[in-house]
Amino acid sequence: MITRRDFILNAAKGIAGLALPLTALEILSPDQLLAARGDSSKVRWAFLVDTFKCVGCGFCVKACKLENGVPLDANVTRTWVERYVLAKDGRVFADTPKGALYGFTTGKIDLGLGKFQDIKKEDIEKAFFVPKLCNHCENPPCVQVCPVGATYQTPDGVVLVDRTWCIGCGYCIMACPYGVRFFHPVYKVADKCTFCYHRITKGLKTACVQACPFGARMIGNIRDPNDPVSRIIRTERVGVLKDEYGTRPQVYYRGITREVI
Amino acid sequence: MKSHAWRPLYLVLGIVVLILIARQFLVPKSFGIHERGYMYGWYREENIEDWKRYPVSYRSEEYCKDCHSDKYSMIMQTPHAIIQCENCHGPAREHPSDPPKLEINKTRELCLRCHFPLPYPSSGRANIRGIDPEKHNPGIECSMCHNPHKPTLEGMK
Amino acid sequence: MYVHGEEWTIKELFVTPNEYIYWSIQIVMYPFMTGLVAGAFVLSSLYHVFGIKQLKEIARFALVFSLALLPVAMMPLQLHLQQPQRGIEVFLTPHFTSAIAAFGIVFSTYGAIVASEIWFVYRKYIVETALALENKREKSFEEKIRSVLYNILTLGSYDISEKALHQDERAVKILAGIGIPVACFLHGYAGFIFGSVKANALWMTPLMPVIFIMSAVVSGIALCMLTYIVVMEIRKILAARRKTTYGTYQSTEEIKGIEINVIRMTAKYLLFFLIFAISLELLDLIFRGYTAVKTWDILRSIIYGKDFLDIFVFQYGIGNLVPFILFLMPGLTIRRTAVGVLLVLFGVFMMRWNVVIGGQSFSLTFAGFMHYHLPIIPTNFETFKEGLMGAIVVIITPFVLFWILNKIFPVFGIEESH
Repeated sequence: MITRRDFILNAAKGIAGLALPLTALEILSPDQLLAARGDSSKVRWAFLVDTFKCVGCGFCVKACKLENGVPLDANVTRTWVERYVLAKDGRVFADTPKGALYGFTTGKIDLGLGKFQDIKKEDIEKAFFVPKLCNHCENPPCVQVCPVGATYQTPDGVVLVDRTWCIGCGYCIMACPYGVRFFHPVYKVADKCTFCYHRITKGLKTACVQACPFGARMIGNIRDPNDPVSRIIRTERVGVLKDEYGTRPQVYYRGITREVI
Repeated sequence: MKSHAWRPLYLVLGIVVLILIARQFLVPKSFGIHERGYMYGWYREENIEDWKRYPVSYRSEEYCKDCHSDKYSMIMQTPHAIIQCENCHGPAREHPSDPPKLEINKTRELCLRCHFPLPYPSSGRANIRGIDPEKHNPGIECSMCHNPHKPTLEGMK
Repeated sequence: MYVHGEEWTIKELFVTPNEYIYWSIQIVMYPFMTGLVAGAFVLSSLYHVFGIKQLKEIARFALVFSLALLPVAMMPLQLHLQQPQRGIEVFLTPHFTSAIAAFGIVFSTYGAIVASEIWFVYRKYIVETALALENKREKSFEEKIRSVLYNILTLGSYDISEKALHQDERAVKILAGIGIPVACFLHGYAGFIFGSVKANALWMTPLMPVIFIMSAVVSGIALCMLTYIVVMEIRKILAARRKTTYGTYQSTEEIKGIEINVIRMTAKYLLFFLIFAISLELLDLIFRGYTAVKTWDILRSIIYGKDFLDIFVFQYGIGNLVPFILFLMPGLTIRRTAVGVLLVLFGVFMMRWNVVIGGQSFSLTFAGFMHYHLPIIPTNFETFKEGLMGAIVVIITPFVLFWILNKIFPVFGIEESH
């Protein structure tokens, strides 16, 4: 005859034992896991930057901030432009004053701590501008390290942050090799370039692509063989940033050199 | 196993069950593993729609050209045709209802973005003509003499 | 408008716009506090598992202190998170590809083990106190609270027969045995959090988890030795005055005699782990210099230039070499030990500092630097939380908690369950 005590104990054990695997199944459903690398998506967004065309006007930076609600007076930005000046004696100078929000309106290189580097025209071997933004990598290390699943990758390749779920630990910011992530000063969660997801899914171009007067930025679908961006990436000599990290970035660059980090 | 020694374990399991029950209430239903798998696709699916719903601010010159056809057709004949209206005037959003007026920025800094000459070989910047702001009419707005919508010699005031 | 990190970061040369020192003093405190937890537990386990009799006194002390440190380990995270109220999400939707998510589970398991082990060690005392308070007719308010508390703590079992106590002893041994690898896992994970970040040239190394474990054990043992010495001094003073707060007191001479043996014994273990920890760190440095990959230029300017004082003078010199000499000199005294363990704790703190802050001292461009200015006087909530004040709050809390816990689980002057 089973005692009341034993019955309660065994029932409790049974319920606890059932509750655990039942809820675990929700996380580890085989169907969901199999759907993992479904390359069925017809769209994979990719970006092309032409550093020959970029003049460093900074209109893209301003347009991005105003389009996406990053305060102008906050010293963080979803996209920025870097200036590289390579001198004839081999020295490399680079700066990005406020991310080029106000363009480059002086020839002096900003060295920080109030110091500037003058460089004469005849000493310049080559110099150019490099716009940067989130690479929406194929293997995004930032998504891998999010402890709660607040940042993720959409089926069409865009890496986004769920503002209602991010706990603000900053691990994704540490894990990004390209420095594109930051804490949004108003929402107090992680933020970064979204490829203007709200625009490209409506058939519009991203704010920075539209703003650029010189056509230095382009966005397209790399899976569409007729897309101009896709064609240039396939047929011309383009490079990517920090390829050695294995992130497989999807922002391609025409005309970057080994000095560009 | 009637030993008292199992009691702490029961307590711990009880707490685990509580957390699992709390999960049912606190975790949004659309949270799960999606297309990219557990590593890259662990998220709340509704968030994708949240981002799609974000309001568009920049409307492009297509939005401006019908009402402002005079300025539009003027600037289209000039090298400034490549510049979007909103680059200088700010995003249109729901203009003319909101905002009723867009900014007219007459500062020298706006023009210097392109027209401060930087002699950079291998960059498109070297092809843009510019001025030394400390020598060329310092302190005076560029638009006093130059018309931004007609920056050619004919357009000089 | 300041963005997070801007108030305490000064940039130099070429740094990208979004780079700031995001992981500041609280992230230094976090592995430091969890390290103390793990180390204290390992010390306690050396007695319970390996039966090293001379460590009996300090073992119980280490166990209770370990429990006092446990909630404090969560404090730096709550103070650092931009959305601390969402911290529970790590348990609701954990993303186990992230070391931080797995850490949440490991940490909770470890907490459960420590709490359970304390329950078994103190069960006889709990039951005896609960029964004594039950039998008392007239209870003061404080005694009523204590009665309820101890009755709950019995978890419904009042059996303190020989058989039951024997089961307690076995349970403690098992828990202490499981606890050691869990404690290693705990701190290995903290090291993994840093060591697996390929984007950071200084953090990225497979040695990081092991380095963290070794220095965690070192810090735990050092803290226990230090607090043990302090508590013993208090007991000596009270014994001299013949006050009986906790119960029976031995004479000052007896206390001194027990103390020095325990100290000498524990110091040997401290030395062993100290040697292991420093060897791994030097190995990492030598490898980096030898292989000289792309990032070596900027790392060299950090390690041998900007952070030379922090690394070689503070951490290796004052924090490792000097205590090493102090402990090896013959005729170890209490006073020398106290100085030695203080320096060791300082050295372990500097190790955490040099990893966390050092790793953020250089830019992703490998051509720029960031200088960290710890906020001393808070000007707003953020500079309080992530400044010196926040760190001090974190340091003081375990001692406050230990004082409270000591009232429930007295460390001295009672007979254990075994």
